Order: sequence, then structure tokens, then C-alpha cells
Amino acid sequence: MKISRYKGGKDLLAADMAAFRLIESAFRESCLSWGYEEVRTPTIEYLHLFTSAGTLTPGMLRRVYSFLDWDGWSGERVALRPDGTIPAARLYIDNLQDQGLARLFYLINTFGYDETGREARERWQGGVELLGTPGKGGLGEVELIQLAMGILSRLKIGKVTVKLSHAGLIKAYLDELGANWGESSHLLEELLDGEAPALAAAACQPEVQKALSQLLRLKGKKHGFLKNLEASLQPVAPAFRDNLRDFMRVAEMLDALKLDYEIDIASGRGFEYYTGIIFQFLAGDVKIGGGGRYDELIPLLGGKKRSAAGFALYISRLMDYVSPDVIGTGPGVLVQVASEKPVVVRRGFQAQRRIQEAGYVAEIDLGGRSHSRSRTHRWKLLVRDQSPPFLLTDQDRDTLTGAASVAELLRLIRG
Amino acid sequence: MARSLLRLALPKGRLQAGTAALAALLGWDLDGYGDGLRRYRFSSNRFPYLQGKVFHEKDIPVQVAVGNYDLGICGLDWMEEHRVRYPASALVKVRDLGYGQSQVVAAVSASGGFGDSGVVRLASEYPNVAERLALELRLRRFSIFPLWGGAEAYPPENADLVLISQGTSERPPEGLLSLGTVLSSSACLIANRDSWEAEDMGEILGTLERAPTPRDGSPDAIGTESTRRLAGALARIPAAARKTGRKGPDEDGTLWLGLPDGHQQPPTAQFLDKAGVGIEGYSTGSRRPKVAQAGVACKVIRPQDLPLQVANGNFAAAITGQDWLREHRCQFPTSPVEEILTLGFGLVRVVAVVKGDLPVAGPAELRQWMKARGKTPLRIASEYVNIADSYARENHLSPYRVIPTWGATEAFLPEDADLLIENTQTGKTLAEHKLKIIDTLFESSACLIGNAGAVRREGVQRGLSTLVEALRRGLREEAQ
Repeated sequence: MKISRYKGGKDLLAADMAAFRLIESAFRESCLSWGYEEVRTPTIEYLHLFTSAGTLTPGMLRRVYSFLDWDGWSGERVALRPDGTIPAARLYIDNLQDQGLARLFYLINTFGYDETGREARERWQGGVELLGTPGKGGLGEVELIQLAMGILSRLKIGKVTVKLSHAGLIKAYLDELGANWGESSHLLEELLDGEAPALAAAACQPEVQKALSQLLRLKGKKHGFLKNLEASLQPVAPAFRDNLRDFMRVAEMLDALKLDYEIDIASGRGFEYYTGIIFQFLAGDVKIGGGGRYDELIPLLGGKKRSAAGFALYISRLMDYVSPDVIGTGPGVLVQVASEKPVVVRRGFQAQRRIQEAGYVAEIDLGGRSHSRSRTHRWKLLVRDQSPPFLLTDQDRDTLTGAASVAELLRLIRG
Repeated sequence: MARSLLRLALPKGRLQAGTAALAALLGWDLDGYGDGLRRYRFSSNRFPYLQGKVFHEKDIPVQVAVGNYDLGICGLDWMEEHRVRYPASALVKVRDLGYGQSQVVAAVSASGGFGDSGVVRLASEYPNVAERLALELRLRRFSIFPLWGGAEAYPPENADLVLISQGTSERPPEGLLSLGTVLSSSACLIANRDSWEAEDMGEILGTLERAPTPRDGSPDAIGTESTRRLAGALARIPAAARKTGRKGPDEDGTLWLGLPDGHQQPPTAQFLDKAGVGIEGYSTGSRRPKVAQAGVACKVIRPQDLPLQVANGNFAAAITGQDWLREHRCQFPTSPVEEILTLGFGLVRVVAVVKGDLPVAGPAELRQWMKARGKTPLRIASEYVNIADSYARENHLSPYRVIPTWGATEAFLPEDADLLIENTQTGKTLAEHKLKIIDTLFESSACLIGNAGAVRREGVQRGLSTLVEALRRGLREEAQ
């Protein structure tokens, strides 16, 4: 019986890993250049970290991998992290909250059950968190969007659409409509779970349905649109107006930076810990990242009152967009050992090490076809027990040259 | 051409009489299934291709989902318990059968103490439904105690919220306050999805025309409506039930002792009598009998659940079987539960069992047999899932699958399992079913267990010393 791969798992082959590492290094280098520091949280956390304060919707929590640990007789479960932001906020509370502002980033896997078999159950993401920002933010979100767009541009992803929504605006709107606990919670969950079409069928008061549908249909392209909205909705409740102005402030800054975006209130899909701006990055119709402001998360997890915002780029999805010429690897040397005599074997491995130290890929020829499709061997080196001990074939130039020493060999390779 | 067999799983226990009556009404003419009958296999005189087996109701959704049976009848509550944990499971609800109505209700103690510790403790025979409820209710921090039964005994000391099954017009047990119905249940016909999509079941299903009409409007799953109602009820829990200041089980020096119910109850009561430990009400089925010894309080719950309750400090000590202690320690190797005293009664052997004609005499030969038949996973059925898992690992019986069972495990061989890890007193029942023991894992008797931290606490320690001395006296009496 062949033992098959776990249903929700994915093997990453050499070409996949080349893409993965390329994204990882672009992400890492960009974050470091913006002053962010790398951290990593454990794969396993207590489940109650994620259930605390209603930070994830029940729909998301139903897909969390949780289990009783070996010392779990208390009945409290542990979980494979379904999300990166909540553990990062926990890390900040445990270690950094007294220092004020922290710029953190991480490259991690997250886990979530998917029964369709179309999505991997283990996903990789690069996350960025700006924790402990003074005031209500604005500049922070702009920094995050700029950083994310910089990474995506570096990866040559092609056209990326930025969609903006505002969690505070949606919540204030629902409050203003007087939706009761059950309705607002249920509607918001459906919205956050991306089930906007289901709202029409939601069992709530018709006037709530109608008003919410109007809000969800709002779309625009400049901050002026939000100004128009403010003017047309007079009079509005203070909470709604404050959130709208917060939205306008960020939109105005993005306009100043000539960064294109779409205002799409219904795009507010994500985690319900968001309190302010929510932004999404799309390549075509595929969401490749997203983030937003979450000022209440740290206090809800037991930390001090600290504002925060962040985003994640989905490495597993980005891998489909990294073009092969960006993935490519350098030329290599295939080292063929002519015999298994100790002197030849020693000579072969010594030559291989020196070539590697010189910065080239050197691979011993073990016979058979190489599985590697991404690497080409420009040179073939035959190591022999006769003079000259090295014969180097340059396949690009179609030349065969003998070398008496490794030093001479390296000179030939360097050209 | 003879048609292929249609396999049907039917329940024993609460739904057995109703199911037998329905089968008679539909004219299935089942030979071997009926109220009070204790046979495991049955066939239909009317439909020769219809055959089946009798299971504990809770086992039926698993057996149908894995495809061992095409059709099954069980309570909707057990189907939901399976389905909320395994949403992609191959189970199809065919129809409500209109009998065996019950409801799973959420209840708290009427006497206070809800959520004192900041962690809401949910105890239930329906742990998966309980977890779903906790998520839907957005409880910030919760723990789930999966139980074998007796949930009503837990609040307020040992649980904040319990899910219990009761009749539709039944009131909650004394001392409990019902918050509302989590799900309504009745007997239902379920099918394996693959069988449902491919097998011709028309002749059997056609007879359902004569079945009683199902009730209308009953919720068939834990859903938004029930969650909303319960969230409202939770928010309205009377102040009295929320009052704080409850002490931990043994913080006031009281020794909380857990005693077993079920099969272990009569020999335990007899032994305690012999030891001179007076407990009023234990033999008459009280969940909270009165202990004569000052400073000792006790509760009666399932022996299977006692080690976990002792580990959590809900009881400083308890009497249970060594088999259940070992099962607990296989799951939680660093548990603070320790054995204090072996009590000698309730002796059983925990054994590995195969069908009688299998040419295997031990685990080494079982490995050979597995090798010869290819890499089909060995199916191990057991009530002791953690012991079974550990046994398979230690004996390199890979690949294997452990099938949890809730009783009548001997019925699983040979069709639905290859190996059982089962307890036996004399081996007679196993022999009657043409099964054979190939290994004895260990021998088990009743024992006194304690929580390592609690039993060293002053006050508790004094009470425990007196109790242990009495139990030793009982052992001496037994020896004479």
C-alpha cells in the first residue's frame, strides 16, 4: 500500500522552494530596511489565546486544529496557530509592551482545516506588525501599505489592486441602525466571513438589511468620495463621523503618495479584531495579502492599551506569481570522478569544495539523470588518476581544457 | 443475479424498543433484533439481502460514516455529536423517524458559582457539541470534560455548564437550572454517503411510508437560533447563580471522594461496608451520598471519568479501576493522579482478542499475519482508546486504526475490527462469541487513587489517613 501525502498538505519541490526563498528574502530584506525586526512565535499556542475576547469568528474557530496536550487533563486545548497576528500581539504583551513602539515581522506557517481539498491546510505567510503606535494612527497604515507594495513590486508580481474598507465604520453603522446583539454580531460575522451575498437572506429586520446593503455597495477611488459620503449622510452619529474621518485621513495620504486604491466597504473581509482601516492586496481576483488597524486586540488579550496595525502577505499564493526568470539559479559544475581509487575520490571532493568556496554550485555526478530541472551545469569536470588530473568541459563555449591543479581549474572557470 | 447485501446498524439501549416496533410496523421481519434481545446479529426474513448488527447508539454514526454499514438508526444527538467534529464525514440524514424524542439541554447549577474561576468548565457526554456551543457563545476561555455519563452530578463544584439529554417534557434534574435546548433529537435513519449515492435501497426505503410522520419544525442541529437563545439565557443567569466566593473542592480541608456508579457500584458499596466506611445513600443510587466520617464529602460518577476529575483536583481521592487509571495515564503521562491503595475487588484482565479461527497466538504472530495480508491497516476496537493506541505502538502493529467503542465491543469482530483490547473476568463471554485471547496486557482491580498535590494538603491528609486505614481494615477482612 502506497502511503499517500496528508490530504491538506503540500510538498514543495525545488522550483517551489526557489520561489518560496525568493519571496522570503524579498520580504525579509524589505522589512529590515524599513526598521522592522524579525521574531517567531511557537507553532502551538493555547486555544484560549484565539478564543479570548472574541478575536476570531466562530466560523474561523471551527476550522482550528486543536487538541489536548500530554498534560491537558484540565480540558483546555492547545492549537496549531490559525493566525499570525494574535500570537504576535501575545509576544508583544509578554516581552515588549513597556518599550512602546515595536516594529516586528515574521515568516511562519498557519493552519486551518479546509474540507474542499482545494486549499492547503498548512499555509505560509509573511506578517508585519506595528505595535504600540501612539494615537489613532494613519501614518502607520500608510507605512504598512507602502511596505507591502514595495515587497510586491520587488517580486515583480504585476498589477496589484489595493482595496480599502473600514471596520470601525461598519461597526458604527450597525450600531447606529440599532441592530441588536444577535443581528449585528451575526451580520458582521457573515460579512467578515466573506458571505456578503448571504446577507440578503439573513434573518434580520428589513430596514437593517436595506441599510447594510447600501453601505456594502459603496465604492470609490479617491478620498473625495468619502467627503461626498460624509456630506450626503448628514446628520450622522459621532462614532460614524469619527470613523469616516479616520478613513479619509488615510485615503488623503495615499492620494498624496499617488498610490491607487479602490474603496470597497464590502471588501472588509478578514479578522474581526480590526477596528479601523482594513486593506487588501489583490492580483487579479486573488487576494495575496491584507491587513489593517486593530487597536483593541492588545488590551483584549490582557495587555496595556496600545494601538496597533499590521498586514500579512500570503506566501503560498504569491508563489504562483513569481516568474521563472526571477527564480533562476546560477551556473554549476558537475564533478565526475573517473574511478573509485582513494586518490581520485579525495582529489574529486577537494576540487568540489574549492569550487564551492569560490562561489559556484558543484555537484558530484553519482550517475543517472539529475532530478534538478532548475539547475544547468555549464561545466563538466572530469577528475582522473592521470595527467592532467582535471579535464574541464565548458558546455557554453564547447571547449575541453586540461588543468594540472585546482588553482588552474578555478582560473579557467572564472574565465 | 442475487443483489448485494445491504448492511444495517441498529441501536441497543434507549431506542431499541422503539426501533424494534418500527421494524415490525414496516414489515422488515427482523430475526434477532427485538426489545430485550441480547443478540448482536440479525437478518430480515422479508428482505434476505438485509443484514445487520446491534451497536451502542453512539457507535452507529462512526460505523456508517466509515462505510461498514450502509444504513443505521440512531438518535440525531449522536449524529450531530459526530458531525460537528467531522463536518466532511460521509453521513447523510435520510429522515426523522418520529420516535425516541429527546432534547439536549444546557444547564447550570441553580445554587451559584457559574464561571467563578474565569474558565467556563463544560462537562458532557457530547463534548463535540459542547465545544461547538462554547465557540458559538464566544466563551473567552473554556475547558471541556468529555464524560461517559452522570453530567448532572457535576455542577457547581466540578463544572459550570453541562449538556444533558432528557425527555422533551422532562424537567432538569434537581439543583440544575436549564438555559434552553441546544438541539432536539429523535431517532433518525442515516446512510453512508457512498451507499446512498450508489446502492439501490428503494425497496427498504419504500416501506418508510408507513412510518409515523416526523414532527415539524424541530431544529436538527446546533444552529444560530439555539445559540442566540442560549447566549441570551447565559446573559440572564440569575445573580444568585453567579455569586462568587465558592471554595475549591478541598480548600476548606474537606476531603472530596469520588465513588463509581454502574457495575462497580455494588462491589464498592459492599467493600466500604465491610471496611466500616458508612456512606448513606450510595447503594440506593444517590449522586451525593452522605459519608459518616467527618470532613469527607462524596459524589458518585462514572468510574471511567474519575481519574480525570482527580487530576483536576475536583476530588482529592476516588475509587475506580486500575484499567481506567492506566487509560488516563496513557493519555496524560505526567498526570498528578497516583494509586494509593489496591483494593483487590472487581478483578478483570485487559486482553488482546482476535477471532477464534485466526492462526495467531500473540502479537509477534499478529505482525506476521498483517505482513502476509498486505498493508491494510489493522482495525483495533476498544473502549480503552489510549491503551489500545499504546499497545499497537509498542508492538509495532503498524499501520493501524483505533476505533473507539462505547460497549459491546465483542460484536465488532470479525466484520468491523481485527483486534479488540477488551476487559474480561473469566473469558467466558469471549469464548461464547468464538473469540480468543492472544495477549494479556495487565490485570486490573479496584483501587484508591489520589491527586498528588491534594492528598498532601493538611486537613485532606488527615481525612485520607483515616479513610485509608479503614480501607486497609476492609482488605484484612476480605483476606480472612
